[in-house]
Amino acid sequence: MGFLSYLISGISLGSVYAIIALGYTMVYGIAKMLNFAHGDVIMIGGYMSFCGMMYLGVNGWLALALAMVVCTVLGILIEGLAYRPLRQAASLAVLITAIGVSYFLQNSALLIFGATPKVYQPLIPLMNAAGEPNALKLFGGQLSISYISLFTMLSCIVIMIALTWFTGHTKLGKAMRACSEDKDAARLMGISVDKTISLTFAIGSALAAVAGVLLCSFNPTLMPTTGSMPGIRAFTAAVFGGIGSIPGALLGGLLIGIIEAMAKAYISTQLANSVVFAVLIVVLLVRPAGLLGKRMTEKV
Amino acid sequence: MNKLKKHTKVDFATYLGVIAAWGLVMLAQSQHWLGRSTMGLLVPICCYVVMAISLNLTVGIMGELSLGHAGFMGVGAFTGVIVSQSLAVSVASPTLRLVLAMVIGAVLAGITGFLIGIPVLRLRGDYLAIVTLAFGEIIKELITCLIVGHDENGLHIVFNYNGLKGADDLNMTPAGKIIIKGAQGATGTETIATFTAGVILILVALVIVLNLIHSRTGRAVMALRDNRIAAESVGIPVTRYKMTAFVISAAIAGSAGALYGLNYSNLVASKFDFNTSILVLVFVVLGGLGNMWGSIIAAVVLYVLPEELRALGNLRMLIYAVVLIAVMLGTNSAGGRALFAKLIPHRKKREEV
Repeated sequence: MGFLSYLISGISLGSVYAIIALGYTMVYGIAKMLNFAHGDVIMIGGYMSFCGMMYLGVNGWLALALAMVVCTVLGILIEGLAYRPLRQAASLAVLITAIGVSYFLQNSALLIFGATPKVYQPLIPLMNAAGEPNALKLFGGQLSISYISLFTMLSCIVIMIALTWFTGHTKLGKAMRACSEDKDAARLMGISVDKTISLTFAIGSALAAVAGVLLCSFNPTLMPTTGSMPGIRAFTAAVFGGIGSIPGALLGGLLIGIIEAMAKAYISTQLANSVVFAVLIVVLLVRPAGLLGKRMTEKV
Repeated sequence: MNKLKKHTKVDFATYLGVIAAWGLVMLAQSQHWLGRSTMGLLVPICCYVVMAISLNLTVGIMGELSLGHAGFMGVGAFTGVIVSQSLAVSVASPTLRLVLAMVIGAVLAGITGFLIGIPVLRLRGDYLAIVTLAFGEIIKELITCLIVGHDENGLHIVFNYNGLKGADDLNMTPAGKIIIKGAQGATGTETIATFTAGVILILVALVIVLNLIHSRTGRAVMALRDNRIAAESVGIPVTRYKMTAFVISAAIAGSAGALYGLNYSNLVASKFDFNTSILVLVFVVLGGLGNMWGSIIAAVVLYVLPEELRALGNLRMLIYAVVLIAVMLGTNSAGGRALFAKLIPHRKKREEV
């Protein structure tokens, strides 16, 4: 049973990584930039839902909606103010700007909310009113899966299906794929590239808000640096699965979550990160474009 | 004098600038113009300048983004601390110990760079960047697991992978002393780093890097950066030249780390994380890719600025972030460029082909 419960905790953590990785991968696919500020949008999402519950007194679900709205607006603002002017610039300049935005968000949160960790109220309480764990019990109570893990896995699947449908079957989604393929050709076909990129950032940031709420539900301390490490792990997940690929982000996220949980359980708590990164290195050596990534052939 | 090439003049101006800065600081020190906090910044500034020169070799000259350069610094720092502490009895002169620490730190970081380079340099672009990030984090965690002690029988090393081992597992004689205590890092290090040593290290790093750039190897590396396929097709071996540049860059970072490690009595491995790599990358990009004196100035200004703004408390990093974004937008966006062109009309336009 130990193995199964580690597996389940790995999958639910992996689902959160997958949701974050989706944001990374979509932005990378279309804007060809590493958005290092994505992890901090997660943190802002966490704080927004925290504020919603604490100060506005709304319940967790409304707070989630609030966080999503705020993060969507934030994503569009970041893209419009910081990244859009640099569309033609060298990728390193965009990367440094993204790092600047990341510092900006972290330090704004530090100024507003302070450095002391906030105790976060999980979206679905871990204990019910009777003091029993809020969990699904299987095998006569030997294996319990908390409802929040179930909800996380479910929302990850729903988001995946919705995004696949969106990019495959709607006009906006097709515009998105066209822009990621060839911006100039897309512009000639009458697609507004700027609007499409804004939309991508909006979707990515809304997903980051969901991920922030879920992440804080698992790990109920909220600090200005909460988003950085999950952000980096999710970025790893996106690369692992093949950056730019939506199913790749799901696969990468789940695998990273499972590897992390297994490494913590069976190898060493200290070296869990190293194991994750070592697996990433090996995968990239065997498949340089990630598991599901497309290998681009270079034209001379 | 006019026969000198332009880059030779720039190089000499860079060396002279560093020496002049050293002279100024020495003068200020003897006249007691510098406060205690500024004095404490001198050695770290030198370390970050050397780090910036080293990373500029990888990012600016070789054209590959490295996000794990702090890892090499960490290898150098902890090697340096071990060397210096274990030789404390047998080598009496602190200067000699510092030099030994920096050399051995550089060698070990260079070897690490070689081992990492084998897989890393096969990849390209953002994938290469993420793998260097991964290696940086792995190095940091591995160092966190080290417990090292020294007694009259030599070094004792325990790899504390499960978090259960402690100083007792070193099996040292009672005279032994612990140098690195796992997650607590190096404690009780004798601080032998000096500003003069830092400036000499900067000069050595500059001599190595600037001469490398203007050598056959350097030209080959830059040709690979500008057009890998074209360079390859005229017979430049990609891996050998990139590896040379990468190992030299790692070794320089290692010596900077050794100097850094010996400047603090307590040092933890988490200092050498992703954020430190990014900090140095910001120096390099703001200073100008491939431009060594730009890196030096950017490292000094951007390291001193947040420290001097400490009075502003939490606001200082916010200001830093805004300045960073503003500079990147100002120098790289079309609008910003147009503004600069108006301000500096005589500046020659360089057209990209």
